[in-house]
Order: sequence, then structure tokens, then C-alpha cells
Amino acid sequence: MQFPSRRRKQTSNPQTELYAHPLQFYGEPPLENMSLAEFETFAVDRLKLLKTVENLGVSYVKLSEPYAKKLESEFKNLSFPYRPEADDRKTQSGPNEYDKRRKDHISHFILRLAYCQTEDLRRWFIQQEVDLFRYRFNDLPAKQKLEFLHRNNLQYDTISVEEKKSLLDKLVNSSYAVSGITVEDQDFYKVPFQDALDLVRTRKVYLKAGYVYIPHQDIVTIVLNDFRTRLSKALALTARSLPAVHSDERLQPLLNHLSHAYVGQDYSIQKNVGKISLEQIDSLSGKSFPLCMRQLHQSLRENHHLRHGGRMQYGLFLKGIGLSLEQALQFWRSEFIRGKVDADKFDKAYAYGIRHMFGKEGKRADYTPYSCMKVILSNAPSQGDHHGCPFRHSDPELLKQKLQFYKVSPSGISQILELVKGMHYQLACQKYFELTHNIEDANFSLNHPNQYFIESQRVLGGGKDIKREMDAPQRPQEITAAKGNNAPREAATNDPQGLADMTEDLDSFFQDA
Amino acid sequence: MLDAADICSKCWTLMTIAIRILDRALREDFGFQHLLWVYSGRRGVHCWVCDEAARKLSVAARSAVAEYLSLVKGGEEMMKKVVLSDPIHPFIRESLTVVERYFPRYALQDQDILGRKESVDKVLALRLHVRKELQQDFQNEKKPESRWKLIREQALRKQSTAKKGQHFEKEIMLQYCYPRLDVNVSKGVNHLLKSPFSVHPKTGRISVPIDLKELDTFDPFAVPTISLICEELDRPREGDEEEKSAETNENEKDTAERRKIRDYKRTSLAKYVKHLDQFLDGMARSWKGHLLRKSDLQKEF
Repeated sequence: MQFPSRRRKQTSNPQTELYAHPLQFYGEPPLENMSLAEFETFAVDRLKLLKTVENLGVSYVKLSEPYAKKLESEFKNLSFPYRPEADDRKTQSGPNEYDKRRKDHISHFILRLAYCQTEDLRRWFIQQEVDLFRYRFNDLPAKQKLEFLHRNNLQYDTISVEEKKSLLDKLVNSSYAVSGITVEDQDFYKVPFQDALDLVRTRKVYLKAGYVYIPHQDIVTIVLNDFRTRLSKALALTARSLPAVHSDERLQPLLNHLSHAYVGQDYSIQKNVGKISLEQIDSLSGKSFPLCMRQLHQSLRENHHLRHGGRMQYGLFLKGIGLSLEQALQFWRSEFIRGKVDADKFDKAYAYGIRHMFGKEGKRADYTPYSCMKVILSNAPSQGDHHGCPFRHSDPELLKQKLQFYKVSPSGISQILELVKGMHYQLACQKYFELTHNIEDANFSLNHPNQYFIESQRVLGGGKDIKREMDAPQRPQEITAAKGNNAPREAATNDPQGLADMTEDLDSFFQDA
Repeated sequence: MLDAADICSKCWTLMTIAIRILDRALREDFGFQHLLWVYSGRRGVHCWVCDEAARKLSVAARSAVAEYLSLVKGGEEMMKKVVLSDPIHPFIRESLTVVERYFPRYALQDQDILGRKESVDKVLALRLHVRKELQQDFQNEKKPESRWKLIREQALRKQSTAKKGQHFEKEIMLQYCYPRLDVNVSKGVNHLLKSPFSVHPKTGRISVPIDLKELDTFDPFAVPTISLICEELDRPREGDEEEKSAETNENEKDTAERRKIRDYKRTSLAKYVKHLDQFLDGMARSWKGHLLRKSDLQKEF
């Protein structure tokens, strides 16, 4: 099997060399033969691992105790290397450390093939791999961290003892983890700020004249940056070799399936266009909108205006529930006119944006409504904004008042606030769903505002179906509480039985998430 | 017709604070040297960072710089927009130094945040757990400066007793004075930018560069408007007769060109253009120096 590779080491045992350290930068691709079955297992297992990394990252603070515990058990279950050598009691059965490292290496490269194709896929893959790497690097004992640095040529200059002394106050005040003792004991590295963006962004480091001063113990962020950059470049290169890979019929179905599997329903395909009338929106906002959209709708009605972030989040949501372009234009126009905007100005300044949302302007991209992940994590609201996720971006006091105003019971409110405190924003929204619809259990795992709407309509419509035809193979017809589904599949004709079985398992894994 | 979004002379201080804080940070923390500050024409200022290193930054790096400089976070649903925890980063300390200089006159006097009842309530709402005590104290103390002193004393008291993070008097000052950045403009590289010397559509004022040496006396209401410029251009030129005779020998087109180039000097724009020229000269000098060093290293002569 030919993998795209840059250089081949001529040393006798390149692979054993590579697996001498539990962690690697994945600089060299695997150079061996393997069975198709192993190929598939490795890929699927790693994808499960990355999906877990993603879910844990949203529900828990990264590197916190619960996060670490859950991730570690996932490592164990999927046979990936973890807690190297600390726990080296040779397990009686099952793969040994060498096998796990080999799996780690190969599975990474297989997923590169699947995830290099589009900007979105690349971004997702890089994000999860970086998070995974962060966790594993942090877990290394200090000596191995050093070893890793040296093996990977990360050389930065240290500052002199005199300079350390003169900067003592500033260094101690720049980071919670740096004390006077740290400054005395440890080397401090002077790194250009472009190489330590995460530390700069969160202001966790001392910055002077374009350089950050990092104690040895914090060198991990530099390493992460480096990892991210290398991976990004590698993916771009990999994309170029894709035609060769895709011409192999054994690989193509699996790779395609892998890259579609992580994407949840994106609600971009409009069903029920025109089934919602504008008059219904006010009452729908109270009954079936998630809290974020209800809030945006209310602000819009009150102020006759929304700023850009709010228009995007709410506008795309409305598109997702079935508003047509004409309806949307009428909706926004009639509301804005009630405010400070006259009809001319609306047509000049705002109509373009709405048509853009529907893919009628510019590069004609039909934008998809934002998922919960996107609303929570990106485009934070600032002064004058009403968008974002209320469970994430609202003052807890204000949130409480709002819920009281919407007649949520006091015990319900406390439950929601508890979840918010634990940073389980989507669970909080689910609880809000349960309380406002008067049901015990939502029976679905919330990850998209439009999903909230659809589920709400189902509950309120007494189970009368809103048609959910989806084209992509793995969307199920109905979500049931029990495991199992019967997702139809497209490329099933020349699939070996093994692949079909495995990909069904993959699906059920994702539906349960 | 009054536009609620117009500025008044009292709130321009916020821009002065903003410029001092950000100029220092961009120079001292990030090492940028070629900063051009431009008045937007209405109520804001823009900073053009022209260093080569800045122009070469990746999107992620630009985003990181913007976040580093952001202290006020939160939309309309967030009451408390500044949260400080220990240790207080040197950047925050430096910014506070600037804010503290202007806070008494700007917030306590001009904006009277501790005078009128609604503003007082808003301030106290930022710190719920001492609100009751302060409300009591305020019944007996009406002077804003003394009320502020009471707030500070409460904060100090809480700091020595409570667990870490009781910096509410700093948080209040920052929430009222720290600049709000439009990070989206700074993060991406395809966001449209307003060019210096363009005309602001709402006020007619020209977007002029600001000379930091005269920052404390900068008056946005004295910035020339497009109508003023037109008016100044229409005025008869002094000494027109002498000039005409001196130029009879030269090419007509040449004359017209030269006249066009000098026209702006007859208007109020002159000093602003001069400032831009000086800025560009500075950049040219440093670029020359850089080229010289480079050619020295490469031994090209």
C-alpha cells in the first residue's frame, strides 16, 4: 500500500525508532503492509476516540479530573496508548505498548486521508488531534517531556539570571502558576509571540516587545502550536495525493464514510419551505424556539433591530425552520421599519445580507444554520449583542429572572442553573425543553437549535410526523430510545460484509452520543 | 435632529483613554512601532499598525492580539463585563494606571455615575454582595468622590479578608472606561477598512490622523468637515496675481498640477497631511535602515 510520504529513512528499523517514544508528531508516515480489516478497525477506533475528545471538550473543562478520567477509560477501551510506563504491568491479554503505539501512528495517517478534503473537515480534525495531543503531552512525566522536545528540535533561547531577576515581579504576576520560586528554579524561554498564540490570547504569560517569557513547565503550549502548524501543512499536502488514493476501490467507501460520519444533521436542506407563515412566528417563538432564538426574537420585536451576530444566528435559524427568502425579507423589513430604519435604507443595507444568507449573493454559499457547538464556542456576544447561548453567555441572575418570566418552575430553574454552573449548556437547554413541554425526558441529545424546533413540533403535534427526509446515508428515520437503527446505505453493493457491519456499529455509536 | 449615537465632549475622554492604553500595549508589549491613529469621523478611533511584522501575521495571530487587548466581554445579557482574578496581569495593571488617571474627572464628575440614582444603582449592581452596605452608606454621603472612596474602602476590606479575586473597584473602573474593541475588523484580513481622509457619512467630518503629541487637546468637534474644506477651497487664493506672473514661463499643465497639489495646504487639512507625511517618513527611514543592515550582512554594495 503506497502512502504519500516525504522522505524514507534508510535506517534499518525506522518503525521501532519511531515507537520508542509514546508520543509523536506524526512526521513520518507508516511504511508497512497491513490487512484491510486492520486498516478499517484502526480508522474507526481512532474516529471514536476523536469524537469522544470532542464531546468531552464541550461538556467538561479540558484537562480537568472528570475529563481526564473519561478520556483515559476511552483510551483503554480502544487500545490506544495511555499513561505510558507508569502502568506497565504487562496486561495478560490484549495489545502491548508497541502495538498500541503502532495503532496510534497508523490510525492517525488513515484519518488524514479522510479529513484532508475540505476546510471544515480539516479544521475539525486538527482541533480534535490538538486536544488529544495536549492531553497526552500533559500526561507525560517531566523527563519524557524534555526528551520529546529534544527529539523534535524545539530550540528556544533562555534568558539570563540577571534578566530573570529584573523581570521577577512581572513574571510572577503574569501567570497563576508562576511563583518566585518558579522564577528562581526554572529556565525561562524567550519565544516570539507568534509561536505562543494560545498563551497570548488568554493573557497567561508575560509579553514584552513581541516576546513571551515562558517557564519550562509551560512549554506545552509552544509544542501544541508547533503540532497544529505541522498538521495543517501536512493535511494540505495530503489533499494533493488524494486522487491516487481514491482510485483504490477498497479504500474509497470507507474513507467517504469516515468523513461523513462525524457531521450531525446540519439542517441546511430546507424541508417545509413555506409551511410556516409569518404570523405564526410570535407564538412559535414562545412554544418551540430554543431559549437563544426566543431571546433574539424578543429583542428584535422590542428594539426593531438586531446587530450582525444576532441577524446571522437568528436569520439562519429561521431559514432552517422553513422560511423562504421572500418571507424572510418581509419579516426583517417589516420589523426594522418600525424602528429607525426606513424602507430605502433597509433595501440598501440589510436586504443584501439576507439574500446572502440564502445563497443568492457573493459566492452563493448556502450557509447552514448554526449548531449549538458553534453558538456556544464562536462569535461571543459583546456590547449591544443579544446572540449567543443564554446558558453560556448570560449573567446567571439575569438568566434566572428570564426563566421566571417564562414561567419555569423554581425547582426547574435550580436544576438548570446547576447544569449551567457545571458548564453543561446543552444539557441545560434540554432541561429547559423538558420543563416547557411538560415531559419527563426529552429523548434526544440536543446539539442544534433547529433540532430543538423539530423535536418541539413533534411533541406538540402529538407525534404527527414532520417529514425528515435526509439524503445522506446514515441519518435514521426516527430516533428511538433503544439502541439500533436501520440506516440505509448507498455504496453497499460491493461492500464486503465486514465493512457494512462495522459502519453500522459506527453509526449507532454516534447516534447515542 | 438629534442622533442618539452622537458624541458629546464629555465622552471623548474615553477615546483618549483608549488611545493611551492601546498605544502603550502595542508598542511595549508587542513591539510594534509604526502606529497611525485615525479619528473615525464620529465617535471612535482606528489604529493602523504598519510594521512589516504586523502585516505578515496569520489570522490566528491577529485574533490572538485582539483577544489579548480585550478586557470588556459580554452582550446585553451580561451585567458584569469585566472579571479580574489573581494574579493581575501586567497588561491590566498598566491599563489601570491610565484609567485611574482619568476616572475621577470622567466618571465621577463628567458622567456623574455616583450622583444620579439610576447610575448609582447600575454601579452597585455590579457587586451584589456589598450593595446593601453601600446603599446604606450612600444615604449619608452624597458627594461622588466620597462615595467612590467608600467603594474603594469596601474593596480593600474584602481583599484582605475574602478569598482571592475581590477586585471590584478595579472592575468597575474598567467596565466604565476600558475601550471596546471591534475585534472582527482586526481578526480577519478581508474585512473592509475605512480609509484615512475619507468622509464620515453621518457627520461629514474627515477621518484625520491624530497627532499623539497633541492628544489631550484633540477636539473631535474641531475636525474639519467636507463642507468646510469645500468652502476653504472656494476662497480666493492670496497672492494669486504674483504667482500667475511667475508661472507664465512654465507649462500650463504643470502649473495646474502644482496648484492642485498645493490646494490642500490652503485648507484645514494641511496639518493632518503633514502628520501623515511625517509618519510615512518614519517608516521609510526604518525600512532603509533595515535594507542597509541586510545588505551589510549579505555584503552587497
